Amino acid sequence: MEILVCVKRVPDIGENEIEITSDGKDIKREDLVYSVNEWDNYAVEEAIQIRDKVGGSVTVVSVGDDEWEDVLRREMAMGADKGVLLKDEKFDGSDGKGLATILKAFVEKGNYDLILTGAQASDDGAGQVGGMLAALLDWPFASLVNKIEVVDDKTLRIGREIEGGNQEINEIQLPCVLSIQSGINEPRYVSLRGIRKVASKEIPVYGCEDLGLSEDQVGEKAAKVKRIDYFIPEIGKGAEILEGDLEEVAEKLAELLKAKGGIK
Amino acid sequence: MARSIFAYIVHSNGEIDDSYLDFINAAKKIDPDAKVTAVVFGHGDEVENVAKEVANYYPEVWKVNKESVAYPNAEIIRPMLLDILPNDSIFMLPHNTFGMDLGPGLSIKIDSTYIPDVVDIEKAEGDTLVVVRQEFGGQVSTHVSCDISSGAVITIRPGAFQTEEEPQKVSGNVVDKSSEVKDVEAKRKYIEVIEAEVGDVDISKEDVLVSIGRGIGDQENIPIAEELAEAMGAVVSCSRPVVDAKWMDKSRQVGTSGKTVKPKIYIAMGISGSFQHMGGIKGNPFIVAINKNPKAPIFQYADVGVVADLLEFAPILTEKIKEIKKG
Repeated sequence: MEILVCVKRVPDIGENEIEITSDGKDIKREDLVYSVNEWDNYAVEEAIQIRDKVGGSVTVVSVGDDEWEDVLRREMAMGADKGVLLKDEKFDGSDGKGLATILKAFVEKGNYDLILTGAQASDDGAGQVGGMLAALLDWPFASLVNKIEVVDDKTLRIGREIEGGNQEINEIQLPCVLSIQSGINEPRYVSLRGIRKVASKEIPVYGCEDLGLSEDQVGEKAAKVKRIDYFIPEIGKGAEILEGDLEEVAEKLAELLKAKGGIK
Repeated sequence: MARSIFAYIVHSNGEIDDSYLDFINAAKKIDPDAKVTAVVFGHGDEVENVAKEVANYYPEVWKVNKESVAYPNAEIIRPMLLDILPNDSIFMLPHNTFGMDLGPGLSIKIDSTYIPDVVDIEKAEGDTLVVVRQEFGGQVSTHVSCDISSGAVITIRPGAFQTEEEPQKVSGNVVDKSSEVKDVEAKRKYIEVIEAEVGDVDISKEDVLVSIGRGIGDQENIPIAEELAEAMGAVVSCSRPVVDAKWMDKSRQVGTSGKTVKPKIYIAMGISGSFQHMGGIKGNPFIVAINKNPKAPIFQYADVGVVADLLEFAPILTEKIKEIKKG
């Protein structure tokens, strides 16, 4: 099976604080560490496991700049056979549809049976590119996939995570696009040695013209959805923060919990 | 503004999802005089009853009653919507597992702008809609300007537009659209729903929960939470990343994709407070947030907060609670 996985490079937020620049146009990015979007990493692991079972190859693709090569190499070190970078200044400022349009043009140069994306990205949380790509290709789509079984070379049996932790089972015909939910597998660890092994592998780069795209289909020009600014949200009243050293704070909190009936 | 606005009503087992309230309020922010048309898909008596119920809140209800959509398969419903939706309209969906399945592809097929996971609508002027979205798990918000000259598909964050106010009752008109949609052969076939497994403990029935998130760091740190829970006579629950990492069983997960809990006290340790997690906490409990990151959204929901590393703080709290219990 020829599998393509679309991956994104995002700031690794973890428990880090996100701060906004003084003009509100961006977040402060200098001290952020970038990595592969968590959901995409699950998608790559899933693709590798399918390939190892039924044969074929796994290609990882990103729309980004030179810095994105590290992310592609990381996924190649996991076991992806090939990495491809779609890079062009004309792609800058693309909205979800723009990105899906770029990816569609790349997909049509190949012969893929299955395309995986992460269910969403940890930065903008839009969860849109997979479904848009499927619609542009006129392929079937399923979102939030948490189980994949290969039935035969035309059909997959998949689980979708739905509300309440229930699982919706579907059969879907290939070729198709699936967006992968976190927790579907246990992504393998990537060692430094593994990354060194793929360090010299060539990553082909395709631009706007290589993909047969015109300027007005992608980038800022085509974008209908544009971020104006960032700001800090105010939801609810906010917590009363207990101040003091940890011993004092713990004592206050213990008393408070007792008063609220939280200690049985 | 004369653009027509539609709202897709999600229902299951005859019950209407609360997102119908979000749509009414969101539409008012787009156009105070908007006459929103509800769209209901389903089969048999269920969809008939749901459509009648929805007509108490929407002036017009479009009903599609067909066996092929007895279960809401987005791959079947999407082409049917193309048969009935007028061009350039605004179409609202909940940002849930159905909306995420249907919405992005619909926006492409109907050639309109996709605006996902909207938490507020700032203004609507002509062909421009300015909405509020969140990024980085709710740590920051953004204003987003959207060109809706050729219409829009908008997914609305569940609960984001709900108010204390009772929605105004109307006596709406139910229009049967079943004959206007074509059955197409879908390439994705719904088979069944497998219900979530019940674990050793039913966290939905517990009064006091000590809940852990990504901040627990490693499986070997879980006893820190267990010891606190034991001292309090509570039970340990968790957020999604802990289950994804296979550190705890899925049956312990709080959130829209896990269990809905109704405790009196909820201690969130190392949990950032995503809307999917908070969506699983009902009944207005006393929430304590313990998190290293003072900007974590959880502090917006909590009654009391402690800015600290849970690995350092929880053992101290456990000791203090043991002291209190000894008297």
